[in-house]
Amino acid sequence: MTHLMILPVVIPMLAAAWLLLNHRASIGRQRVWSILSTSLLVALGVWAVTAAQADYHTYWLGNWQPPFGIVLVLDRLSAMMLLLAALLALFCVLYASRGSDREGSHFHALFQFQLMGINGAFLTGDLFNLFVFFEILLLASYALLLHGGGRARSRAGLHYVIINLLGSALFLLALGILYGLTGTLNMADLAVRIAAANPDDQTLLKGAALLLMVVFGIKAAILPLLFWLPRAYSAASAPVAALFAIMTKVGFYAMVRVLLIVFGLDSAQPLNADVFLWLWPLALVTLGLGAIGILGAASLRTMAAYMVILSSGLLMASFAMAEATVLAASLFYLLHSTCLAAVFFLLADLIGRQRAEGYDLLSVTAPLTNRWLLGTLFLVAAASMAGLPPFSGFISKAWLLQNAVSHPKYLWLWGITLVAGLFMIAALSRAGSGWFWKPEPYTGRQRRRLDPARVATVSVLIGISAALALFAAPVMDYMSATAGQLYQPSAYVEAVLGESAMANGGHNP
Amino acid sequence: MELMISVALGILTTCGVFLILRARTFSVVLGLTLLSHAVNLFLFSMGRLTTGAPAIVGLTPDSADPLPQALVLTAIVISFAMTAFVVVLSLKAAVELRSDHVDGENPNEDRP
Repeated sequence: MTHLMILPVVIPMLAAAWLLLNHRASIGRQRVWSILSTSLLVALGVWAVTAAQADYHTYWLGNWQPPFGIVLVLDRLSAMMLLLAALLALFCVLYASRGSDREGSHFHALFQFQLMGINGAFLTGDLFNLFVFFEILLLASYALLLHGGGRARSRAGLHYVIINLLGSALFLLALGILYGLTGTLNMADLAVRIAAANPDDQTLLKGAALLLMVVFGIKAAILPLLFWLPRAYSAASAPVAALFAIMTKVGFYAMVRVLLIVFGLDSAQPLNADVFLWLWPLALVTLGLGAIGILGAASLRTMAAYMVILSSGLLMASFAMAEATVLAASLFYLLHSTCLAAVFFLLADLIGRQRAEGYDLLSVTAPLTNRWLLGTLFLVAAASMAGLPPFSGFISKAWLLQNAVSHPKYLWLWGITLVAGLFMIAALSRAGSGWFWKPEPYTGRQRRRLDPARVATVSVLIGISAALALFAAPVMDYMSATAGQLYQPSAYVEAVLGESAMANGGHNP
Repeated sequence: MELMISVALGILTTCGVFLILRARTFSVVLGLTLLSHAVNLFLFSMGRLTTGAPAIVGLTPDSADPLPQALVLTAIVISFAMTAFVVVLSLKAAVELRSDHVDGENPNEDRP
């Protein structure tokens, strides 16, 4: 047991507290603290990924033994998500430090609280704790979404807040049912007890599982619950929207964790099979709707929001195939799609600032400065997002489709994914040609200066996704091992509760 | 007692859901409050309904379960904060958008 495990939660909490207490400090000092804290998180993420290679790590808060105390569990999946969130956050905070953090107050404090909630949700091994960390990240995200103010943000924020409050109520209902039936909320203990549950309770347990899926479905944007997303993501300021690219993945992470560990231990009749039955068609339709949305979007930010929907649809559809090899490939796709969605939110802002008029509207043809540089960045990002070789999008999608072949219904996934890719190519090439080829050269008297730091931030983030393609082999090995680990819930239970827990059927009440 | 609690839960949830589906932000906020009351009551009753039992093991033969009480305290604090936030947000939205419709504008305004 090592205290390093709690630091991804504690560091942003302390940083946020310092920033709130010293809110009169100059914006420069606030930026330094925020960037310092986020860089520390990246270092911790690297540590977590190396540490998780060996085995599970558990951390008992206050040394209270599980299942009575709260436990943090670090496994391959949570380590990978920690690193991804920290890296993404670093680029977002660097981008925001070039000016968009001045649009309102407390940007950096809210940003750190958001990171605290995200990291906590990845680490916790307790369902009620997961609820609390969800609320922390949501409350911070409400304020970040509204940061800077304006009519569009108020309107989008109202929908976002109300649907998430409803989600919290449903989350508590599901937790109440689970606690009433099993007397525990520790994920490992719950898994053991659900596997050994009375057959009469099966229906209620299934109800709780489906309620949890509705809650995570709101976060991950699955079909009937996603209509808040395009408006909210396109109204937020660029670095905030880029950070929100990880939020749908938090929902996906919770789905994977809860379905595979909590409801997946009973190997004869796992409850998650019933949930997969619902998830599969809904996720496929989400994927299709994302593609149609990309084609119909009026601005690049809305297009990026629909890319987020498309990627979550693909993630959930491949997860619903319930095979370890497919899950490994979809985790690779998760890394790629999170980075690229963030890139598109930042690119929309970067290009919008250089255009004479219209910001990121696709219908406006306006001259822009630095069109070679911006055009190249856009081309690379678009090719990678659409899944064209040689970028990470191609490798992840090819691996995913290849691994899916063993599933009896794989043709649905193949068909919809490939048509969605075609839609995306059409939409992105229309956007690119309208923006970079059509307009006259920039002749405006006022020269709009291109901010080199912002360009560098976006380029490095694109570079990371290219690096995913270059170093695909070690990443793929890691993902395969991660998926294998997730499909062995008994190992998770033993790591948290000790060797004897499986035989005794959970703790003694 | 079980019947009373379940009827109360049912009424609270029904009213909450009805109000959440209304088109004005004020009724939606009221609906969210009622729903969170229902949820808190439900969570509390999941420790089984007993009267006069202390939440300490060993004092009496049957003790009350302290964990749902702790859970519901956390849930109350969180839902209180969220309600405060959504009240302020809907006031801000009503002022900025000059409408208290949840979509920021009433689509049926011009119809007879």
